[in-house]
Amino acid sequence: MNRHDLLKDLIPVISDHLVVCNIGAPSQELAALDDRTSNFYMLGTMGLASSIGLGLALTQPKPVIAIDGDGSVLTNLGTLATIANNPAPNFILLIVDNGSYGSTGDQKTYTSAKTSLASVARACGCETVVEAEAEETRAAVADALRSKTMTIIVANCDPGNVDVPVITRNPVAIRDRFIQEVQR
Amino acid sequence: MPKEMDRQLVGDLVAAGVDFVTSVPCKQLAGVLEVLDETTSIRHVPCNKEDEGMGLCAGAYLGGGRPCIVMQNTALGVVVNALATLIQFYHIPLPMLISYRGEVGEKVACQVEMALHTNAILAQLHIPTYHFHHPDQAAEFPGILAHTQMCSKPTAILTDASFWGAAT
Repeated sequence: MNRHDLLKDLIPVISDHLVVCNIGAPSQELAALDDRTSNFYMLGTMGLASSIGLGLALTQPKPVIAIDGDGSVLTNLGTLATIANNPAPNFILLIVDNGSYGSTGDQKTYTSAKTSLASVARACGCETVVEAEAEETRAAVADALRSKTMTIIVANCDPGNVDVPVITRNPVAIRDRFIQEVQR
Repeated sequence: MPKEMDRQLVGDLVAAGVDFVTSVPCKQLAGVLEVLDETTSIRHVPCNKEDEGMGLCAGAYLGGGRPCIVMQNTALGVVVNALATLIQFYHIPLPMLISYRGEVGEKVACQVEMALHTNAILAQLHIPTYHFHHPDQAAEFPGILAHTQMCSKPTAILTDASFWGAAT
């Protein structure tokens, strides 16, 4: 199961919630599968989906699911320490770990070799860290939503992207419709 | 021990509705950070790197908060991409309260190297920039905070060694 199939499987669980989605292929695949006003698509800025998600979760009460990638978390590893030390019970960080930089041609990341982001998250002080296979991810996210406990999910999946269009929607339009969902 | 100026600047943030601050510390900003941690109406979430902080601020804004980032001017070497592709691209108002290291009065030679690039980076990014060199200039801070919200842009408030040296 690759990221696209994982996201497709996840949609019934996440579509009614605020989702912050990582730059590149993840946002493009999510937009193609299930474009929602409650999706905040990152059009640039590698590495900050988890930070945006945490800031959002700390300032309003609705559940927030940040969909990030292994490469992006590796570029902003400090985020796991910030998350651990500023827990938001309404925050779920889903790291889709395909061991590769999917948007740039599936070059391998270090999680494909020795590095475990789940171990890093635990070492940073994150108290609820769940490791899931791709097929288990939907249940893991549903459990995390039910638990009302900040949860880091590291979901292992296969590399690979599907051919979907680039997002051309205006960033301020993405912002405004998302804020309306937050305030609804 | 915070100075009166530290309390004045944080008081101006509170009065402007700022309720979320992230920071990476600087010696010149230690008093501001101390007052921030005593200020119950502001959630202070220290970050590890300033581009991470820009992400936190963007999220806080989306959540209905009013964010601010407190950082050193050397951070401008870190945040150019986050400013351009997140804060500016999505039109997010973000005051940046910045210690302007490397100006006259600086004791660490290396700080001068980024001071030389500070205004050039901010000018290149077309970021409204205000330089506090004398304590009296802090009277402009409330207006700058209001201006930031009005135009939905990042703004830079540079506070140099002369400013902090003369501040009481």
